[in-house]
Formats: sequence, structure tokens, C-alpha cells
Amino acid sequence: MELLFVLLVGVFFSAAFYLMLSKALVRMLIGTVLFGNAVNLLIFASGRVLREVPPIIPPGRDVPATLTANPLPQALILTAIVISFSFFAFLLVLVYRAYQDLGTDVANEMRVAEPENEPAPPAGY
Amino acid sequence: MAATDVDLSAALMLTPVPAADWLVVLPVALPLLAGAVLTMLRKSVRLQAAFAIPVLALLVLLDGLLLFRVLENGPVTMVMGRWLPPFGIAFTADLAGTLFALAASVVALAGAVHALADIGDGGRRYGFYPFLLLLVAGVTGAFLTGDIFNLYVWFEVLLISSFGLIVLGSEARQIDGAIKYAFLNLVATTLFLIATGYLYGLFGTLNMADIAVKAAERRADLPTMTLAALYLLAFAMKAAAFPVHFWLPASYHTPRVTVSALFAGLLTKVGVYALLRTLVMLFPVEREELSFVIALVGAATMLTGALGALGQSDIRRLLGYTVISGIGVMLAGLALGSPGGIGGAIFYALHSMVVMTALYMAAGLAGRLAGTFDLNRLGGLHARSALFSGLALVLFFAVSGLPPFSGFWPKVMVTKAALDIGAWWLAGAILLSGFLTTIAFARVFLLAFWRPAGQDLPAAAMPAASLVPLAVLTGLAVLFGLFPQALLATVQAAAQGLADPAAYIRSVFPGVT
Repeated sequence: MELLFVLLVGVFFSAAFYLMLSKALVRMLIGTVLFGNAVNLLIFASGRVLREVPPIIPPGRDVPATLTANPLPQALILTAIVISFSFFAFLLVLVYRAYQDLGTDVANEMRVAEPENEPAPPAGY
Repeated sequence: MAATDVDLSAALMLTPVPAADWLVVLPVALPLLAGAVLTMLRKSVRLQAAFAIPVLALLVLLDGLLLFRVLENGPVTMVMGRWLPPFGIAFTADLAGTLFALAASVVALAGAVHALADIGDGGRRYGFYPFLLLLVAGVTGAFLTGDIFNLYVWFEVLLISSFGLIVLGSEARQIDGAIKYAFLNLVATTLFLIATGYLYGLFGTLNMADIAVKAAERRADLPTMTLAALYLLAFAMKAAAFPVHFWLPASYHTPRVTVSALFAGLLTKVGVYALLRTLVMLFPVEREELSFVIALVGAATMLTGALGALGQSDIRRLLGYTVISGIGVMLAGLALGSPGGIGGAIFYALHSMVVMTALYMAAGLAGRLAGTFDLNRLGGLHARSALFSGLALVLFFAVSGLPPFSGFWPKVMVTKAALDIGAWWLAGAILLSGFLTTIAFARVFLLAFWRPAGQDLPAAAMPAASLVPLAVLTGLAVLFGLFPQALLATVQAAAQGLADPAAYIRSVFPGVT
């Protein structure tokens, strides 16, 4: 089961990197979403993946009767999902605003903050 | 609740937390609460500054008290919900973290005062002060937390607040800068999360003291080197180290000057702090293995920073490259790993927080007085105000690492530590970058201050609200340049505490020896 997850995480990461290397902001945006989800799956796998065994300790024992998955990573993922979702919302608005104000969604053409051929500082007094 | 016969003492602290221990979380809780209150009072523009500045002054006081307590009793720990570590989230204030937190609060207070002159009603209605307080909460939380996943959460808190600050004003160039800043920083924190996910899979714990213990025991049969390398990449990106520094010069000159000043003082230093915490305290053996890579990255960072600064005609962009150059010196200290190296890195970080903030404020004032940030057109500032010119000259000396100001001592420490182990090329890179920085700033002084004004300067007033924080921060640079002994001893003790975390671990696990 973990092997399947590892492969899935690998596919997610490669798709995310491919999209983030694009110059179009919308693709980069989708890439970051995939990137965040790849990490969530990775953390999920780090808690080990086991089917249908709730991590509940039966009465009279100190440890679970059978091997169970660690539930803590799921709490970590929940935190990470909330954070990455809010970041996605912000980036979505930012990219849309950039498209409106700068008139482009291609990263290479966004040169307002760093204009090309800026004059060099004076060489003499 | 029938099962009351369960022995809770195995998982919970049954005695109430001593009142003095609350001091560990107060520096985070206070700005967080105040930020929430100010968000609700967003419409009352007049109240914003009147509320935020006293809160930040109180924060400086709290961080100062915490520092005194840590100096006297060693690291202090408080766990959330009274869960025994490693179950609950622990906040552990040690000397290094507390020093960083105190410097951050001073910088934030200076920024809040400077904003009185720089951020108008529009910016305040947009939420400058709530964002500032939440940013400070995130930064302080990152410095004081003792839990690595919690560190990630504080990184995100400070990141989302900085997004709010960087687009304050919504000009086209700010949006452009914000896009690059936002995407690249998001990738960096996600890399941090990947490393933390692997770390939990390997060690089954997130408490830093617990990780330090377990890493020492089980280093041989776990891929800890991968973790250390991932943390190095993630935090080097946050700290803007070469070759992952490109987000900084693309964005730091775009927001309001106060915001740039706060970013330069607070954000990259959190990355440096996280590097020190993970690589020195948690993975010292791996840091030793990586030290050559870190040293190369450090040398490249300081030289690209200094050369980049030489090539800029906009003084705010010049300062952005200077921030990067300073990060290189801190990385060199981290690479050396000796008490002098780590202590020098901490000292340089504290110096850089104060001086870079002051330099951005000075650049803002220069821009206000001359009506431009362009070195080709700036001029006549010395004739306009000799006091401002003097303050700027002190800062230029301090940032170039010339005596008798605060930049000199950490550079001496790191250079000496490099020469002690025969890394002459690293010492040479530090001196060369200092030399290039001196040229860059000498040229700024020559052109912007000494050169007669080309045209009549606009009749702009010099507001006290921007001159006072500038003067106070410059005063700190002079003070710690002239009387460095106390700080030198403290940063060396802080470096010792990071390299040998026995006291840190004892504070989290009091029963274990």
C-alpha cells in the first residue's frame, strides 16, 4: 500500500515541478496546488497506510491490539491543507489582479519592478 | 467520564504552570491578540497606531524580561495544554531564540513608529498595523517554538502577513514584485514541510529536544543527511542565499519603505535562525559533512550580493543586494561551526536586523527629501540636513563592517574563526565583500549626499516620526560597536547553547538526565 502511495506522490511531484517551470502564471498556480497536495500525500504515507484498523486501544491494555496507522500525520495534513488552501486563494486573486494591471500572464513579460536596460549608476562624480 | 482511574501523570502535567513560565508564550500571544483586535477595529483609522505602538513597546519589555530570565536560569519551556513533552507543542525559549525575538521586537517597534510618517490613512485602513502585529507574532513564534511542525505554522503566519504588507498600495510594480515573492516563498515553505514530513516518518516526533536526542542515538541507521540537505535548501531559500535568492531583489524595493525596512529586518533572519536551529542543534554531524557546501554558498552569496549592490542605480535595490551579502557572512559562520563562527553568525544577524531596517528608513527619507531614489539624480542631501547625513554615514560604515560600529565585531569573529581552521579563501571572501560594500556605499554617500543638487530639492519636511526611529536604531549600531563586550559574551553563550543542547533538552524533559 505504501509503495502505491510513493508512486502516486512521485507522479504528483513531477507534474507539479513540470507545471511550476512554466512561464504562464495559471500553470504555475496549478503546479503549486499539486505541489501542496503531493506533500500532503507524502506526510500521510509517513504515518504508514493500513486499511480498516482504527487506532483505538481496547480496555485493559496499554497499546493497540494490532498494528495501526499513526493518526497524527492526518492532523498535520489537516493543518497543511487549511494553510495551502488559503495561500491558493490569495495567489489566485494576486495572479488575476496581475493579469488586469500588467496586461500579461507570462512571467517573462512582467518587468515593471525590474525594468530591462535600467541605467547604470554614474561612473564618476 | 467513568474511567477516572486512568493515571494521567504519564501524559499530563498535573501541577499548574508557574506564573513566570507564561512569559514564554506572552510575546507571541500579545501581538496575535492585538492583531485580531486591530483587524476588528480596521475602520477606526485613528485608533490603529495609538493601539499598536504601545503593544509593541510592551512586547519589547516582555522580550527583555524573557531574556533576563533565560540569562539567569537557562532555557525555559512551557507546553501547550499541559501535555507532557513530546506529546504537546512545546515553546522553549533559549538564549539564541530570545536574542532574535528581542531584536525583532525592537525593529518592529521602530517600524510601527516610522509608519506614522510613511503609511497614510489609506494604508492604515487597508490594515497595515494588524498585518504588522501578525507578522511580529509569526516571527516571534518562529524564534520561541520548540516544535518543528509548529515552526512551519509560524513560517506560514509570517508569510501570509507579509503578503498583505507587500501589496499595500496595490501599484502595478508592487503586484509584479509580490507575484515573484509569493510563488518562490511558497515553494520554500513547502520544501520545509516535505523535510518535516520525512522527519516525522523517521523519528516519530516533532519536538526539537526529542529530535536532538533521537538523532544522536539513531543517526547511523537513518537517512538524516537527506533531512539536513532538505532543510538547508528550504531555509537557504527563505534566507535568500545564492543561488535561490532571486525573489529578494525582485520584490524588496517595491512595497512602501516602512514595509521594505521591516522585511529586511525580520524575514530573511528567520531563515537564518531556522538554519542555525536545525543544522547546529538537531543535525550537527550532518552540518559538519555539509560545511564545505555551506561555505561555498556563503562565499557566493556575499560576493553576488556585493557585486549586485555595485550595479544598482536605485538605492532601494542596492539595499536589497546588501541584505543578501550579509546573509553570506552568516552562512560562512554557520559553515565554520565553531563557537566563534556560530556566535559571529548570531551577532551578525542581530546587527543586520537593526542596521538594514535603519538603512531602508534612511533610503526612504532620502527619497522623500530628494524626490527620487535614482543615484543618477540624487544629490545635495548633506546640504539639506547635516544630521541626516551624519546618521546615514554611521549606517554606511556599520553595514560595510568598518569599526567602530556594530558590523565590525561579527565580521572579526567569523573571519578569525575562518583563519583558525585555515579557510583563508572564506576569510578572503568576507573581506572582499566588505571592501566591495564599502565602495558601493561610499559611492552612495558621494553622489547622494555630497554632490550638489542638480535641481532644486522639493520642499519636503523631515518628519520626526521617521527621524526618531532612524536615530534610535543608528544609536544601537554605535552602542554595540563601541561596547560590544556584553553582547559578544551573550552570543557566544547562545552559540554554546545551540551546539551543546543539554540545557535545552533538560528544560523540556526535566526528569531525564
